[in-house]
Amino acid sequence: MEFSREKRLKARLAGDRRGDLYPHSLQFYLQPPTENISLADFENFAIDRLKLLKVVENLGVSYVKGSDEYKSRLEREIRKLKFPFRALVEDDYDARRKDHISHFILRLAYCQSEDLRRWFIQQEMDLFRYRFNELNGDLVEKFLKYVNLSYGAISKEVKEKLAVQLLNSTPGLSGAKVEELEFYKVPLQDAMDLFRVRRVYLLNAFAYVPQTDIVAIVLNNFRTKLSKALALTARSLPAVQSDERLQPLLNHLSHSYVGPDYSIQKNIGKISLEHIDALSVKSFPLCMRQLHKALRDNHHLRHGGRMQYGLFLKGIGLTLEQALQFWKSEFIKGKVDADKFDKGYAYSIRHNYGKEGKRTDYTPFSCMKIILSNPPSQGDYHGCPFRHSDPELLKQKLQSYKIPPTGITQILELVKGMHYQLACQKYFQLTQDVDDIGFSLNHPNQYFAESQKLLSGGREVKKEPSEPESSQQKLSSQKSTNSCSIPISSNTEADTELEGLDAYFTED
Amino acid sequence: MAGFEPGSLPDLLPLYYRRLFPYGPYGRWLSYGVVVKNYFQRREFSFTLRDDIYVRYQSFNSPQELEKEMQKMNPYKIDVGAVYSHRPSQRNTVHMGAFQAQEKELVFDIDMTDYDDVRRCCSSAEICSKCWTLMTIAIRVIDRALVEDFGVKHRLWVYSGRRGVHCWVCDDSVRKWSCAMRAAAVEYLTLVKGGSETVKKVNLTDPIHPFISHSLSLVEPYFEEYALVGQDILGSSESWEKVVALVPESVRESLLREFPKKRDSVQRWELLKKKMEKCKPSHAESEIMLQYCFPRLDINVSRGVNHLLKSPFSVHPKTGRVSVPIDLRKLEQFDPLAVPTISCLCRELDTAPEEEDGEKENEAEPEPKRRTRDYKKTSLAPYVRVFEQFVEEMDKSRKGELLKKSDLQGDF
Repeated sequence: MEFSREKRLKARLAGDRRGDLYPHSLQFYLQPPTENISLADFENFAIDRLKLLKVVENLGVSYVKGSDEYKSRLEREIRKLKFPFRALVEDDYDARRKDHISHFILRLAYCQSEDLRRWFIQQEMDLFRYRFNELNGDLVEKFLKYVNLSYGAISKEVKEKLAVQLLNSTPGLSGAKVEELEFYKVPLQDAMDLFRVRRVYLLNAFAYVPQTDIVAIVLNNFRTKLSKALALTARSLPAVQSDERLQPLLNHLSHSYVGPDYSIQKNIGKISLEHIDALSVKSFPLCMRQLHKALRDNHHLRHGGRMQYGLFLKGIGLTLEQALQFWKSEFIKGKVDADKFDKGYAYSIRHNYGKEGKRTDYTPFSCMKIILSNPPSQGDYHGCPFRHSDPELLKQKLQSYKIPPTGITQILELVKGMHYQLACQKYFQLTQDVDDIGFSLNHPNQYFAESQKLLSGGREVKKEPSEPESSQQKLSSQKSTNSCSIPISSNTEADTELEGLDAYFTED
Repeated sequence: MAGFEPGSLPDLLPLYYRRLFPYGPYGRWLSYGVVVKNYFQRREFSFTLRDDIYVRYQSFNSPQELEKEMQKMNPYKIDVGAVYSHRPSQRNTVHMGAFQAQEKELVFDIDMTDYDDVRRCCSSAEICSKCWTLMTIAIRVIDRALVEDFGVKHRLWVYSGRRGVHCWVCDDSVRKWSCAMRAAAVEYLTLVKGGSETVKKVNLTDPIHPFISHSLSLVEPYFEEYALVGQDILGSSESWEKVVALVPESVRESLLREFPKKRDSVQRWELLKKKMEKCKPSHAESEIMLQYCFPRLDINVSRGVNHLLKSPFSVHPKTGRVSVPIDLRKLEQFDPLAVPTISCLCRELDTAPEEEDGEKENEAEPEPKRRTRDYKKTSLAPYVRVFEQFVEEMDKSRKGELLKKSDLQGDF
């Protein structure tokens, strides 16, 4: 009798403390969890969070962030995976605890290279933004206090003096609103996401932020803290990686974020240089077709184009020797003499193949990477044509490629709705002459592989790649940089455990 | 300054590095007051030597050591990189992942080739007095934003030696900026977007942000002289077609019809402006001016904390011109084609008049002192003066900060 009473008492006390631990449905993840958990929980929490972040990523390119569709789909996923999503839901403790722990586990997997860190931060920020926007006004105040973000509001006199500038720099506000709202003087560094897109007035290293834009400030703060934390985590990683129980899981987690990354060449040497022109028309996605044509026309490509196209060619099976021959023969026709090519460009091609410098074997860019980073400027031909080309020019190009007018209209509609990968999928359907693309496109090399499959008659069953590294990848030291350079444990017991994980990471 | 042969560099560089390079102010600049421990020692330099040999991760225990090494190696080109967590020359003794770039000046590189689609007088590496105005405009626009919007106090504008300008922003706080912050600054300063596949590269919507309106007011005074007269952008159907592509469709036809009736670019621009008045709320007029004149930055140069950029006072191996600071007070008069080449400077040294009796040069005199007078005999002098003023300003400002701090702490 006494035991059970004691137990109940203890449980109630524990419950009270639990409330204190997670007073809000969202947090900045400043303190790592300090309890013990089972390996099973460790794995499951991490996998669930990774699934969630991948959904966040996909929804982010398919829908406008913050739109109703986006929010409802994200909410569905969050509920399904049992993460916290509503501030006022009672008994949210388990979900919040899972949120807390899973975040810190994924930090371990995603701190190891610039690419991984960037991806992780981006998805965590999008997730945070969604949850923050679900907070009502009262809770916003409470949360801001909780995370110590209080900036000084400007006086009425100052606001009057700056009224015109404030009106012109803050979109969506009328003169009356400017008068009504509080404006906060925020140091430049804290308002990065706002001034970056010129949505705020800057004067003498301060940004003047209306209270309606505070979410951007909070996000900025969140990003800065997370970025610093990841850098610190990277430094303490060797200790974690030495734990044999964790190493295989962490490695597999960070591998999976781009799915098959085409770093391991499956068809080495099967492409012949004579066929590249024909291949570029038949099987290259539009971005690579464009780059190839620019290279042929100008006998030159700038750095961004060389990287994007060069790595793509590596991914389709071009050997280092072929690549050197290909680029050299083209550049020589231009302004570059053989000597200069050997000294400069050849070095960087070998670098891409992992034969120089850090000897990292670079991975071909995924669609996400091409769409979201390094936009092209004057003189560049890289990027995603559906994202970066003028719609008029894109239309003309598609017309010149004999795409039927209805198809072009459909593509342009998708582009207008910012569904760039869907537009490319449409392009695939129209050029390969199939009704249904049959896969979800997120990598140019995937486009090529699928096209080749069709042309060679029939698709094979897709196998999830989990082979050990090829001899091409460098292994001289424990330098942890690129995701593909992390060795998968050769422990067979761990491998059988991983087989189950494969199922989680299959692409649709 | 004709007469520079790249082949003569091996003979000229030793003289340049021995007697002309301004090691004094240069070392003071990069030491930043010796406030932070080993700041100079943890800085990366890279040298490009003869035969395109490139060496990175050079670091030195003192400015004097750097000087000795430069005089020994006679580099064709010198780049300045980041201040790292450890001395770059000892990076191999450090744990992987622990060797990180920590601080660096915020830098901008504005290159004339990025304007090839809008300048008709030259292309790629060529420049002339007509298109140099683009650099003048770029400096005005960017500098205003740096000072007024970002609150920058210490920045140095430098001629790259061939076809552009660099800017070095040296404020203490800015040197600590992350990659994201640097990229954000570039994004803020960017109005011209798109590659060869984009026709209309500037798109303005209401409300017009103060950054844009300030920049427009800086660009406008140059537009007629530079674009209409100099570049003659409405001078022929071939060139005005490109401009007409940037106005709203409803106006295009009538413009194309009426342009041939006008005499020159100036008249055609007036016509365009009149038509646009009836076409509010379009901003085509401003958009055209910006597309043809607004600065184009290379984000990759500015974003990376570890990015290496050509050092001020480095020699450009192709043109022989020295990468000299630009005096902002005399910006309009700056002529890149009048910047001294290394061969010209060495000639000047040779033909400099002898010292007067009272100050006769003698072997016992210390090198630095002799050198201080050497560059003064040459055309390099005014540029070194600009650099010295820049360094002095930072010293003064630093002293002021220290005083403020000690006042607050009550140290006397």
